[in-house]
Amino acid sequence: MDVIWEGIGQALRLILSGDPDLLQIVFLSLVVSGSATVLSIIVGIPYGTLLALNRFAGRSFMLGLVNTGMGMPPVVVGLVLSIFLWRSGPLGFLNMLYTPVAMVVAQFLIATPIVTGVSMAAIAQLDPKLRLQMLGLGASRLQLLWVLFQEARLPLLTAVMAGFGGVISEVGSVIMVGGNIKGQTRVLTTAIVTETSRGSFGLAMALGVILLALAFGANLLLTLLQQKGRPVR
Amino acid sequence: MMLYFKIQEFRLFAGRSLVLIMASVFLVAIASCNQSAPANKEVILATTTSTYDTGLLDVLVPDFQKKTGYVVKPIAVGTGQALALGERGEADVLLVHAPSSEKKLIESGAAIDRRLVMHNSFAIVGPAADPAGIRNSKDAVSAFKKIADSKVLFFSRGDDSGTDKMEKDLWKRAGARPDGPVYQETGQGMGATLRIASEKGGYTLTDRGTFLSQKKTLSLEVKVEGDPSLLNIYSVMLVNPEKYPKVNAQGARAFADYMVSRETQSIIQSFGLDKFGEALFVADAGKQEEDL
Repeated sequence: MDVIWEGIGQALRLILSGDPDLLQIVFLSLVVSGSATVLSIIVGIPYGTLLALNRFAGRSFMLGLVNTGMGMPPVVVGLVLSIFLWRSGPLGFLNMLYTPVAMVVAQFLIATPIVTGVSMAAIAQLDPKLRLQMLGLGASRLQLLWVLFQEARLPLLTAVMAGFGGVISEVGSVIMVGGNIKGQTRVLTTAIVTETSRGSFGLAMALGVILLALAFGANLLLTLLQQKGRPVR
Repeated sequence: MMLYFKIQEFRLFAGRSLVLIMASVFLVAIASCNQSAPANKEVILATTTSTYDTGLLDVLVPDFQKKTGYVVKPIAVGTGQALALGERGEADVLLVHAPSSEKKLIESGAAIDRRLVMHNSFAIVGPAADPAGIRNSKDAVSAFKKIADSKVLFFSRGDDSGTDKMEKDLWKRAGARPDGPVYQETGQGMGATLRIASEKGGYTLTDRGTFLSQKKTLSLEVKVEGDPSLLNIYSVMLVNPEKYPKVNAQGARAFADYMVSRETQSIIQSFGLDKFGEALFVADAGKQEEDL
């Protein structure tokens, strides 16, 4: 138990001291998971909306894919992506393995199904009469979408939080495609793995506390945004 | 009808924007990775967890980078995986500790120019109570035989690492091997395996470096050490650029040369003295394996 208190104390000391190594790790974690989340929003929300609003051949198959993808094991993503990015692999010419870019791609692949699935549910649960009414009032396609997104604002932000939460906390794919290289591709989760295997539990715990604090901060921000102007029922 | 057309249009719109977004993400990815990573500056070093978990590479890599301008990407995995990466041409230079497997790789032509870097030794560690009674064994093989006979918990790395290969070899020479629930594979690195053995009160085979660097957090003690058959020899090898043209041959050679240079060897020789009270490795560049 001591190690928990030691960890919290060390976390505070580390943050206050502004340790450059730590700042770099925190910065990289936020950049990698942040960009992956933004990219997954750009793809996932439109794709989820498409799946929610339309009936087309192969839709069930697509839904199955998305739902499976929501539980995609990060290590599998990491393994498959590594094989593609190897020098001998089909994408080897990109020289992308063991770079932050590869980590963003991996986390994008993990976050996109989550964002897609949750935003699909968000749009699908809206009353279908709303759409008919909007169209009846002569709304254009973009106006319709705008209103739907407004209406589904709360669950859509949940989609974003779920996506970000899924990737900031995962270790399996980034350790494989990033290689956990100090100063280059080490992020908070992989740093925790390294420090634990070195027996530096206090430091590992401190990094864990910082990771939790970051995740909490990001989600608090989104929650405030989500609840803004929402009347209490 | 109107609704139908709208949806048709939307599908087209969404489909097109999806393709556009994918394409732009892809382009951005390519552009940024080409910018940040001039291929010839990067050296991929496939190495073992023990060089990493002891902290040795944290000292050597920045020093090498400063002296040469190369950027090293140390991938710390078990020796088995490190050798496999070398065998596929996915790494440039290897720092590993499994002499017999290394020699096979050299014979296959996948790697060249194997040079001795350093050694330490393996040790058999176990709980203070020593339920297998191996403390006064004269050599590793007889200690292993006792462990197998007395059916005590033994933790194996089980990850085809250098240590794992050594352990399997010792069982073979002991002509016995525990099986069933007392023989457990962790599938993890040395640090994690020591931890598990310590928590569960079992024996394990470890390199002295990792053990010394973590000793204070473990309830394990050294039972058998100093047997010449427990020698743990680290070598550096280059992945053959003639076989794998994508290998950064110059960078790999620079790193290998650095590892055996006199200055580096003296860093290795004194590594750990300040922190653990004794050196974790013995520098060996230029020596022959038979002389160790």
